[in-house]
Parts: sequence; structure tokens; C-alpha cells
Amino acid sequence: MYHKTGCEGFQCEDQTLGADLAGVRDEQTVVDRLVAWLRQRSLFVLAYGTGCGAIEIRPLMTSRYDAERFGIIGAATPRQADVLVISGYLAIKTLKRVIRSYEQMQEPKYVIALGSCTINGGMYWDSYNTVKQVDHYLPVDLFVNGCMPRPEALIEGFVALQKRIADGEKGGWLRYRENLDWYKANQRRVLGANMLPDDTSAWLQVGGQA
Amino acid sequence: MRALIDVPLMLLVTYTMGFFMYGFYRQFMARIQNRRGPPIWQNLYDNLKFFSKSETLSHGPMFFLGPMIMMAGAVTTVLFIPMLKDTAWLQGFSASGNLILVMFLMVVGPLGNALAVGASGNPFGVMGVTRGLTRLMGLEVPFFLGLALIMVQYETVSISAIMAAQPTLAEWTLVTNPLIFLVVLLPFIASLNASPFDVVGAPVEVYSGPRVEFGGRLLGILMTQNMMLSMAKYVLVVALFMGGASNLLELFVKVFVLFMLTASISAVFPRLRTEQAVDFFWRIPLGLGVVAVILTLWI
Repeated sequence: MYHKTGCEGFQCEDQTLGADLAGVRDEQTVVDRLVAWLRQRSLFVLAYGTGCGAIEIRPLMTSRYDAERFGIIGAATPRQADVLVISGYLAIKTLKRVIRSYEQMQEPKYVIALGSCTINGGMYWDSYNTVKQVDHYLPVDLFVNGCMPRPEALIEGFVALQKRIADGEKGGWLRYRENLDWYKANQRRVLGANMLPDDTSAWLQVGGQA
Repeated sequence: MRALIDVPLMLLVTYTMGFFMYGFYRQFMARIQNRRGPPIWQNLYDNLKFFSKSETLSHGPMFFLGPMIMMAGAVTTVLFIPMLKDTAWLQGFSASGNLILVMFLMVVGPLGNALAVGASGNPFGVMGVTRGLTRLMGLEVPFFLGLALIMVQYETVSISAIMAAQPTLAEWTLVTNPLIFLVVLLPFIASLNASPFDVVGAPVEVYSGPRVEFGGRLLGILMTQNMMLSMAKYVLVVALFMGGASNLLELFVKVFVLFMLTASISAVFPRLRTEQAVDFFWRIPLGLGVVAVILTLWI
């Protein structure tokens, strides 16, 4: 006979989300924790309206879902933003612009990818000019699946990201910095001769200050 | 010796008032728009977060010096405006300065801003600064005319003396000469960069204008100086029109009342275009100013 003992499937989300951070939490000093707490409390979002997901950002930011109560607010430029929201499929042309925007953001920075299209191509799985897995070109911190995810799902994604930041996650930007060659090689493979100049990423290669 | 305690205390009071007022402003706007809004501490969180971020881009030395000049302008403005009357505390260096000096110091910020943005060369930033300087042409004439009328009415340039001359409600400039308050109020809102005169940092028109190139720590400094300079201006208007304050609580209440007045005006009027703003300032507040000159000098 079936006995339910622990969590199952999506019920385990909280545990799996926090599992890899168990060691990190103990290494944090008080100042680290304070800074991490402040960072998660104040996320400036650069909502990159690449695809249909952009339509979900409006209700999220305005009266109905009011993301501002979580400290999430839109940023005017990439320089001021903390979170890049890639909302939907990325055409190869757009990928170049997204990478350029991402590299201009100041660290620490996070990427939330929205919708099935960013995970496996979604309904554009056989398209010749869209990117199938965004994670190969930019370090995605959190995927919110769905086609399209509702604003509630997006808020849940933001809250999960906030929890991870508060728990001391360093974020994908560190992964991007450490594996820059791999990311750049992937980007070069799809962009080809259209590859973006390295003036926004050069400081990463010479080991710029964080 | 007293300055050693006074200086950090005045900066702390201004900063605290700044983030509380602007935190409240965000909640106030949220309630108007039928939302819950962020916690009242949100501006403090935002500001401290920006200080913990990296600042990786460089546009030469002036790009870094600009925010420092602006911060210096804000700090000196705070220190030359006496916060309280009837006491020796929280006076800063107001004994060695006066209203004319404060009027000069308030322009240091836009100057630093223009220098930093000029160094960055970002077209949106330059557009924002151009809009700001155009607006400055409009707002400074009635604003300074109003302040000059105050000096004429009290026959002194010392802010402390003006405060001391308004001991009771009946002697407030707001009551004795309400026309000057009307002349100063709208340019005052514009100098705080609030709607409907927020042409400089319009987020969807010029992408936050002069701040477009700043992110991370420099943006944190800009936020701090903006909050502190705004509060210094509120304290100044409270001192000139509402009789100043004899303790911190009274100061806080008076600044809050004035803040609510300006916030309510900002909340209901949409943004004007730059030339509309300048037109408006040269017509209504300046027209009122001319009437106020006649009333103050000859009646």
C-alpha cells in the first residue's frame, strides 16, 4: 500500500532550491548576510521584452499584482538593473542585444528566463533563427516555465530568487565570469560574423574588480 | 567643538528624514494607484544596495568627480541651513552663512551633474541635462524672486533671524504674506524634480536622463545626495514660511505637512513638456511674483 512519507514532485521545490546552498549559509559573516538581505529586498528589473512574455510584465508591475511590494521595480537602463528578465523566445538578432545589455549590468546581477521558449525552444523548437537554450549563452539563475507563465508564477519565481540571494547564492554572474570562454564560444557559434565586440566584457577577461 | 556633534547629526537627520519621506511617498503613490506599495524602508534598502554593488565603467576622472561635487553641494547646503530655532544645537555653520549663500549652494548640484554627464557623453544624459538647464531658466527667476521678497520683508538675509521673526502662527510668512508662498511653491516642486516638472529624469523619455550612465556605487551617491538636498530644501522652506521648528519632532511634522502638499500636487498632475514648464514659470509664478513685489514693497 502507498504511504506518503516526504514531499513529492513540485512539493520538494523548496528543498531542492535550497539544497546546494546549505554549506554557503554557514560561511557567511554578519555583514555578508546583511548585504545579501538588502540585495534580495531591492531588485531593479530590466524587463527585456524579447517575446510574448513582455505582456506579463505590465500587470506584474501595476496595480493588480504590484511587484513593488517585494521591492521589485523597473530600471530605466541596464546599468541600474539587478535582474534581467528575458521574457520569451530569443531571436539570434535579439540575443546579441541581450548579451550587450547583460554585460553592461553592474554586479551582482541575476537573470530570470521566462517561458518554455527559453528552456528548450518551446513552440519555436525547429525555428532556424531562435536560440533554443538561453542557458548556453547567458547564465540563467532561474527559469519560470509555462507558455506564458502568469504573473503569479513570475512573482513566485522572484520570491524564489530572493530566497536564494538571501541564503547567500553568488548568482550566475560568477559562473559567467569563470566560464567566459565557454559562453563566448557558444555565442560566437550562433552569432558568427555578427559577434558583438568585447568592449563590454573585456574587463571580465582581465579579471576586473567585482 | 559643538560642530563636531552638529555636523554628523545634521547629516544623519537629513538622511533619515529623506528616506522616510520618500519611502512614505512611494506608499502614498501606491495607495493612490490602488496598490499596497513597498515598505516604508524601501528607499533605504535601495540606497544601501547600490552602495554594495560594483562600479565598473569609467568615463574619465570627471565622471567620478561629478557625483562628488553634487554630494559636496548637498552636504554644504544641509550644513548652512539652521534646523532649529531658540537653541544652539543643529545650527551647523549657519552663523557664517546666509540665505544668499544657500541660494548659490543649491546650484552646485546641477553643475556637478552637467560636468559628469558631459564627461560620459551619453546622448540621453546630455538630453536630460539640457532639459534640466532649460527648466532652471524658468524656475530660478520666480524662485529667487520669492526668496528675495522674503529678505525684503524681514530686512535680513539670516535664516535664523527670519525664523526668529515668526514665533507664532499669526506671524508665519505663510499667513502674513501668502502670495510669496504661492510664488515659491511651484518652482520649489520643480527644483525637487517632482511631477509635473520632472522633465529631467523622465524614465521613458530620456531613460532617467542624467543618471543614465550611472549604476552601482555612483548611483547610490546620487540617490543619497538627492534625498539630502531635497530635505535641505524642505527644511529651508519650513524655516522661511512656517516659522521653523524648536525641536526635531516639530521639524519633522512641519516638513511632513509640506511634503504631503507637494506630493499631492505631484500625484495628480502629469508631466509637462520642457517648453510648457518654462512657459508656465514665466507666466504664472513670475506674474504672481510681480504682484507680490508690489504688495510687499508698497502696501
